[in-house]
Amino acid sequence: MFSNPDLAQILFGRLTWEAIPYHEPILIATFIAVALGGIALMGAVTWFGKWGYLWNEWFTSVDHKKIGIMYGILAIIMLLRGFADAIMMLTQKAIAFGPNEGYLPPHHFDQVFTAHGVIMIFFFAMPLITAVMNLIMPLQIGARDVAFPFLNNLSFWMTAGGAAITMLSLFVGEFARTGWLAYPPLSGADYSPGVGVDYYIWGLQVAGVGTTLSGINLIATIVKMRAPGMTMMKMPVFTWTTLCANVLIVAAFPVLTATLALLTLDRYVGTHFFTNDLGGNPMMYINLIWIWGHPEVYILILPAFGIFSEVVSTFSGKRLFGYASMVYATVVITILSYLVWLHHFFTMGSGASVNAFFGITTMIISIPTGAKIFNWLFTMYRGRIRFEVPMLWTIGFMVTFVIGGMTGVLLAVPPADFVLHNGLFLIAHFHNVIIGGVVFGLLAGINYWWPKAFGFKLDSFWGKTSFWFWLIGFYVTFMPMYVLGLMGVTRRLNHFDDPSLQIWFIISTLGACLIALGIASFIVQIVVSILRRDQLRDVTGDPWQGRTLEWATSSPPPAYNFAFTPVIHDLDAWWDMKRRGHAAPRDGYRPIHMPRNTPTGVILAGFSTVLAFALIWYIWWLAAVAAIGLLVTSIAHTFNYKRDYYIPAEEVMRTETRRARAMAAAE
Amino acid sequence: MTAHTENRLAENRPAELDAGAEAPVFYDTDEHGHHPESGTMLGFWIYLMSDALIFAVLFATYGVLSRRYAAGPSPADLFDLPLVALNTALLLFSSITYGVAMLEAEKRRMGLTLFWLGLTGVFGLAFLGIELYEFHHMISEGAGPWRSAFLSAFFALVGTHGLHVTFGIIWLVTLMFQLPMHGFIPENHRRLMCLGMFWHFLDVIWIGVFTFVYLMGVLLA
Repeated sequence: MFSNPDLAQILFGRLTWEAIPYHEPILIATFIAVALGGIALMGAVTWFGKWGYLWNEWFTSVDHKKIGIMYGILAIIMLLRGFADAIMMLTQKAIAFGPNEGYLPPHHFDQVFTAHGVIMIFFFAMPLITAVMNLIMPLQIGARDVAFPFLNNLSFWMTAGGAAITMLSLFVGEFARTGWLAYPPLSGADYSPGVGVDYYIWGLQVAGVGTTLSGINLIATIVKMRAPGMTMMKMPVFTWTTLCANVLIVAAFPVLTATLALLTLDRYVGTHFFTNDLGGNPMMYINLIWIWGHPEVYILILPAFGIFSEVVSTFSGKRLFGYASMVYATVVITILSYLVWLHHFFTMGSGASVNAFFGITTMIISIPTGAKIFNWLFTMYRGRIRFEVPMLWTIGFMVTFVIGGMTGVLLAVPPADFVLHNGLFLIAHFHNVIIGGVVFGLLAGINYWWPKAFGFKLDSFWGKTSFWFWLIGFYVTFMPMYVLGLMGVTRRLNHFDDPSLQIWFIISTLGACLIALGIASFIVQIVVSILRRDQLRDVTGDPWQGRTLEWATSSPPPAYNFAFTPVIHDLDAWWDMKRRGHAAPRDGYRPIHMPRNTPTGVILAGFSTVLAFALIWYIWWLAAVAAIGLLVTSIAHTFNYKRDYYIPAEEVMRTETRRARAMAAAE
Repeated sequence: MTAHTENRLAENRPAELDAGAEAPVFYDTDEHGHHPESGTMLGFWIYLMSDALIFAVLFATYGVLSRRYAAGPSPADLFDLPLVALNTALLLFSSITYGVAMLEAEKRRMGLTLFWLGLTGVFGLAFLGIELYEFHHMISEGAGPWRSAFLSAFFALVGTHGLHVTFGIIWLVTLMFQLPMHGFIPENHRRLMCLGMFWHFLDVIWIGVFTFVYLMGVLLA
């Protein structure tokens, strides 16, 4: 296109036509599907004239409930991508034996397993956890919004920007071929000269800013904005676990940011933090990344524990057994999660004493976790259990997670770890706890809180179908991996010579197909529920006989959440209100102070995404433009002093009267 | 019936059975709006702690790599302690002048507040100027960040601090426009407080840098 190669390089950096993978049929087909889907979606939005609605009511919204829903949509889309990667890996492993090379060459397979890990942790699990925390926690503490509503919007768009960068690597250039934590020296400039690791770094940096800001935001919200009377020990357990998870976010994500920044310097400036030569130390990266990485798994699991606690108490019709011990267990896990990072690399060679220390701290974590399991069991004991879908997920979790926990304690023994390190036993273990814990928890949470978010329940037939496919699919997929791991098979291999292993991989792939049916049932469940929303409608706002404050308002809640801030006298505040005959005032409404919507979050995240793209491809002029754009937009935003407005008392009155009428009509 | 089941039934007892007891206040009908200021101060503190963790990583990295000279220059060869002492003095004085600016802001004296803020900015710029001179001098002597792991860690730590000071100055200038525009309104007071915390935080970090990087680097070499 350009005859002058220098000019092309100034304009496009290292981005050339070669970066478009038009010689890879899988990617071309994917691209066509994504492009057609995108065009269809955009066309539909344009046809129905919904751009203004989307922009005004959703993209620029600072309402924590809408931001929560947007996080949820992002996460479900990314789940499909991450799961497609999983299916590709497993089918490759199931066929690539002996002379058969399979269909994924190493350079492609390596990108697939890296993308699978990155996407599932950063762009599926994290956004979905944040979705639930954002949506529910402010309602549980009787607040009108989070402490920093604009930051909340910015956090979401930064996460979405990071996801966009990661997805873009599929069609422009390549993704990292390093594994999901990009260990140097493999991820350094010498061994990964392409754009793959740069996509990885900048995708995570952009999303990481969003995560850190959201952590600060939610901590300040819980500490400062609880309804009157809600002392710390009267907070719902989900709010407690949200608090601890966000403390972990704020204390862990800066470490990731700094570590990736140092790797960036190694790659862009030629420094020697993690290189093999001139004094660099690659093991330092592995220590630093796991100082973030181990707390990260607790960031994911703690809110899931909170969800199970709410579900088990609601559907057993009982107060949670051992509330105080549940809180202490959560806090102890929060602290201990910082004292175990070295168990991810016992084989580093740090010596018997160090390994023993970290092995013991790791085993100690199973004590507060075990206490939680018993608390849930005792809550169910002599309760009137209703086996609704959220409760099924909870019971499935308790069985599955205990197995995963036990294999975890096994791996915590350093001599055993030396045998199992980097093997499929490890892969089976962490999928056992992340699927059995985090994913089951999120699906329990979605089924439990969906009526709160949208005003109608999810269809329970498809919910149960999804549960059984997931549960059975999980065991069929990952139990063979435990077997393979014990036989010494290592992870991240795309080809095997020993034909006796093949049957296990085939079983595992069949299991993944069952999980695929589980995911499909989940999507069918959502579609069916939306179609049948009038039959599934709940006008009471409290469809499950709930116990905590989120059920005290209508479903979906009005923008201001509560017309009058509730006053808390007891744990399980809403149960207490119902039991002692509360009466919501029918007049005397006051104007409610609310934050105003703003497009700044979208603009800042947009500039960040462009900046990341420019830095990945060495397009320096574009990077400079985007950086200036970021700075100018940030400063301009601070000149806006009119960030709030009042919802007039008459409008609150109208909304509340409409709700009271709907409830009366239903009775 | 055991005591346990009795308790459980009591807890689940429908509302009518409690009708005799007077229901407590369940709704706050006399609300006075929320107070975002206190939330902002807490949030900013938490942000500063997260930033402190970034510096913690950089200090730890420096601790691991500070003797990895790769046959290159060591701190004793490179650091000019009197110049760094001057630089330290500039930054510490800028914290004092910021404190004076806050005192003037409490008295709502716009002119003097702006003067002391301006002086703070000048001290900050002088600090940055000397730091850039030091960096330039080291690089021209062949001691750039790519020379050894020690120098990589040095430039990352000191440079990150310098980058923070740069953003602090941009923020300071922005506030110097916004103060006269809106006067001493609560929003501006809150912003002055936050920038103040940021500025003093950078001082604390610098004391760590001066001690662990420069003094100990030269004295313990």
